[in-house]
Amino acid sequence: MREITYRQALNEALAEELERDPNVFLMGEEVAEYHGAYKVSQGLLERFGPKRIIDTPISENGFAGLGVGAAMVGLRPIVEFMTFSFSFVAFDQVVNNAPNMFTMSGGQFNIPITFRGPNGPAHQLGATHSHATEPLYANAPGLKICTPATPRDAKGLLKTAVRDNNPVLVLEAELLYSSKGMVELPDEELLIPLGQAEVKREGSDVSIICYAQTVQLALAAAAQLEEENISSEIVDLRSIKPLDEKAIFDSVAKTHRVVIVEQDRPFCGVGAEVCYRIQKNIFDALDAPIIRVSQEDVPMPYNERLEKAVLPNAGKLIAAVKKVCYA
Amino acid sequence: MQPAEQRDEVEMLALMLLIRRFEERASQQYQAQKIGGFCHLYIGQEAVVAGAVAATRDDDYIITAYRDHAHALARGTNADACMAELFGKETGCSRGLGGSMHFFNRSRHMYGGHAIVGAHVPLAAGMAFAIKYRGEDRVTLCFFGDGAINQGSFHEALNLMALYKLPIVLICENNLFAMGTSVKRSTSLKQIVDRAEGYDIPGEIVDGMNFREVRDKLAEIVSSIRKDPHPAFVEIRTYRYRGHSMSDPASYRTKAELEKYRLDDPITRLRAQLTREGKLTHEQFDKIDKQAKETVLASVKFAEKSPEPPLEKLYDYTYADGAKP
Ligand SMILES: Cc1ncc(C[n+]2csc(CCOP(=O)(O)OP(=O)(O)O)c2C)c(N)n1
Ligand SMILES: [Mg+2]
Repeated sequence: MREITYRQALNEALAEELERDPNVFLMGEEVAEYHGAYKVSQGLLERFGPKRIIDTPISENGFAGLGVGAAMVGLRPIVEFMTFSFSFVAFDQVVNNAPNMFTMSGGQFNIPITFRGPNGPAHQLGATHSHATEPLYANAPGLKICTPATPRDAKGLLKTAVRDNNPVLVLEAELLYSSKGMVELPDEELLIPLGQAEVKREGSDVSIICYAQTVQLALAAAAQLEEENISSEIVDLRSIKPLDEKAIFDSVAKTHRVVIVEQDRPFCGVGAEVCYRIQKNIFDALDAPIIRVSQEDVPMPYNERLEKAVLPNAGKLIAAVKKVCYA
Repeated sequence: MQPAEQRDEVEMLALMLLIRRFEERASQQYQAQKIGGFCHLYIGQEAVVAGAVAATRDDDYIITAYRDHAHALARGTNADACMAELFGKETGCSRGLGGSMHFFNRSRHMYGGHAIVGAHVPLAAGMAFAIKYRGEDRVTLCFFGDGAINQGSFHEALNLMALYKLPIVLICENNLFAMGTSVKRSTSLKQIVDRAEGYDIPGEIVDGMNFREVRDKLAEIVSSIRKDPHPAFVEIRTYRYRGHSMSDPASYRTKAELEKYRLDDPITRLRAQLTREGKLTHEQFDKIDKQAKETVLASVKFAEKSPEPPLEKLYDYTYADGAKP
């Protein structure tokens, strides 16, 4: 193991999969000569050449669709959205073409495509650039969605996504690109299955269910709660779809109290689904109502203080944990 | 309403200087972390918006992309409100809720500030549609970058504009780059203006470093649209002296290229024209420039002491009737 950034981890995953399979190519805005708007594809053009690392015009609908078509005839495209807020321009390709093809063709055409890029609010980018898209995409049958929170998960999940025979969304996070973590050495194959959550911290009093940017938030809150003698178990979903019910239920059966902290909006958000499944399946294990901590249900304001008020934060999370613990 | 040809050229030069000084200050304040998010500067492109404003009326509609500070200023939004928006203050032109990429000013017919590339071009069609619907003689000015012309929304909108003969000027601010991608690498055409031909929209190429050429070409086009509504396209060739945004070192272009365009500075050019014709003295120029600098400096002070949008108002601007979700 060695310590690398989330950005480097993604870069290694891309390089390894490009190296392994000549059908894999990377396409998107500024991915080649500029090395990616967030420098995730650093060095890839130099190593794999312009045939496989391809700059596009600003035409998300066009190149996402190109990816789906190329996948129909056997290539394995990795399509980068500069951010998933721009994936809305390609919404039809991502939710209508990619995931429906296998069903519509009676199983003749599966679509092995990876859509990746940063997702979720960053810092003061305003309403158009701050979307947490996961609940929208999770609503489309046929898509798989993962949300790596650490460099190790980023590498392992992206590599798995590229090898998956279905459309997979790898939702990265701008604010995580420079974060560091321990990852296996490059000569060790690192594949993390989709649909497998990970307990990032063991605890006994409360389960904090989180993913993506909220994992670090939950870990920080857990350390603070420890000082007040509340022991939190941090369950990182890692994949939104498929959802690892077992890991969730195991943790809840142990702690009996649940807070879900998510980076998306509350209405029909990821936490709503998790919450539903918990109460449906292990209602008797619960000692308190589940609380969700999410964004406020407003378009993202630019002003920094208001943005903070919209986003989940440690204060809100700790208050929620205390509420479920002292219920 | 002041007819275009009477707009004083010295005033237009003053506008260009105001834009330049505003952007320089914004850059400095961004580096001082008073401004957050993305911030795109207009330095080098001033003659485009100034020429357009000089050729049109104040009640014509304006809409643009995210490189929008200049368009708000050109429409008479005061520098205070613009700087306050960058600072995220309640006194900003979008109440501190929009930020650099989302400047709006309803009373001045400035309809944004739109940050999704290409997404505002259909909106411009809608505004032009409303003009025709109401039988008015306004025009819509839709500004966009060279990067926008490869978006589906752009193509769909152009077809609609041509089909319904909507009163609109499509103003492509071709600064040769979309982020790090040169037009040569993004676009299948030899020249952008040819896009218009495919939709039977008349198109022209204009030198965007030359204020007078921009103004005169647009004045001609606008007057023909007022008589008989139709879309028109101008590819205005310009250059941004700074990187794409504050975080872009712009290493994809050469020093020599930048230098070449710097020598053709639109402000220097108009100044020289006016000086040569005896319409502007050095003292007058210095006075205008000093005024621009003072206005901008005052806007920073204004922004600094302005209040933040109150937390209690978080939900006030989600629904027009204040409905709670
Ligand atoms: C749909 C969409 N895709 C990508 C982006 C990211 N992006 C912002 S500006 C830009 C370049 C646009 O260049 P151009 O249209 O030439 O305008 P300029 O910056 O030169 O003024 C890109 C790719 C975006 N904002 N929206
Ligand atoms: Mg451009």
